[in-house]
Amino acid sequence: MTTTIFRTDQEFFLDPQRCIGCHACEMACAECETNGQLPMIHVDYVDRFLSPQTSVQVCMHCEDPACARVCPAVAIEKDEFGVVHSANTARCIACSNCVNACPFGVPRKIEPMDLMMKCNMCYDRTSAGKRPMCATVCPSGALFYGTREEMSRKRPQSTPVNTFRFGKETVKTRVNIMMPKGATELVVEA
Amino acid sequence: MTTPLPPRTPAEVDFPIERTEAEHVTRREFAKFLCLVSGGMAVGSGWVAVKDKIFPPFTFEGERFVCKVDDVAVGATHPFQLEGSKIPFILIRLTDGTFRAYEQKCTHLACAVYYSPDKNKIECPCHHGYFDANTGNVLAGPPPRPLPHLEVVIRGGDVYVREPEEKAS
Repeated sequence: MTTTIFRTDQEFFLDPQRCIGCHACEMACAECETNGQLPMIHVDYVDRFLSPQTSVQVCMHCEDPACARVCPAVAIEKDEFGVVHSANTARCIACSNCVNACPFGVPRKIEPMDLMMKCNMCYDRTSAGKRPMCATVCPSGALFYGTREEMSRKRPQSTPVNTFRFGKETVKTRVNIMMPKGATELVVEA
Repeated sequence: MTTPLPPRTPAEVDFPIERTEAEHVTRREFAKFLCLVSGGMAVGSGWVAVKDKIFPPFTFEGERFVCKVDDVAVGATHPFQLEGSKIPFILIRLTDGTFRAYEQKCTHLACAVYYSPDKNKIECPCHHGYFDANTGNVLAGPPPRPLPHLEVVIRGGDVYVREPEEKAS
């Protein structure tokens, strides 16, 4: 068993409204060679025709990860800290089941490598007590990694929410999304 | 209301996605493994003992003809087998002209040994084991026992072998 100094008191807080679309997180993510110098974070344009608003998406690290549940090769594993790891390269058969299953659209099949790759919350950094790359570079606070107390001090008008409702399906995640104060869940589709 | 994901299938129980669960070895699994391995070892040792009783090691009575003295040059080797066994033997003519007969199987891992006349040693190339060509005793390397030998008898230009006396008696 490898020993880590993963800070279990720290959490990821995502605030897509604060995203300014600078792509710094993508650049920082792609600096890392453990993911083949490809960005594992997605900056999406909400409606590019109408507005410059962007939204940022990291892996939400679901409590019951659909990507891992549908993997026929058990290539995706969740560890004791709740981090859902990227596909084990020795096991991944590039079937894209996880790509279709993820409710947040996080895993992507990387064609040249014939491999699924996704955000693993910079496990190489977080397991050494450091913050994920994207959270260290975000200039607008759309990506924040720290303790819950720090977050409530910084955003007194917001509540971190980690429950998502997709129709009849409820997904609980390890990563939080910032919602107006008092919110308990994010209803994506009623 | 909410519908949770369907219950886990037997395959999902066997191959869990939780890393801690996948790496966990239960007390029962460990006990099973221990019993299987130690049981296998016990049965294996029993089989070795029984096999030794059922199939005793090869021995023979009297003398067996191998070849003519002139067939083997000084420093040369003559391989042979005895009727009734598949054990490979070598007859070697030492540099002083005398004959020796040994089993060709190294006592370490049964590689084929050969006689090198310039060193006057029997050598096993697999792990560099050396045997004394005169006695068959281990000089160097991993072999645990001397090479089994046969006694060589020369009678009228013919070479015969027989069981060594300490073994025959």
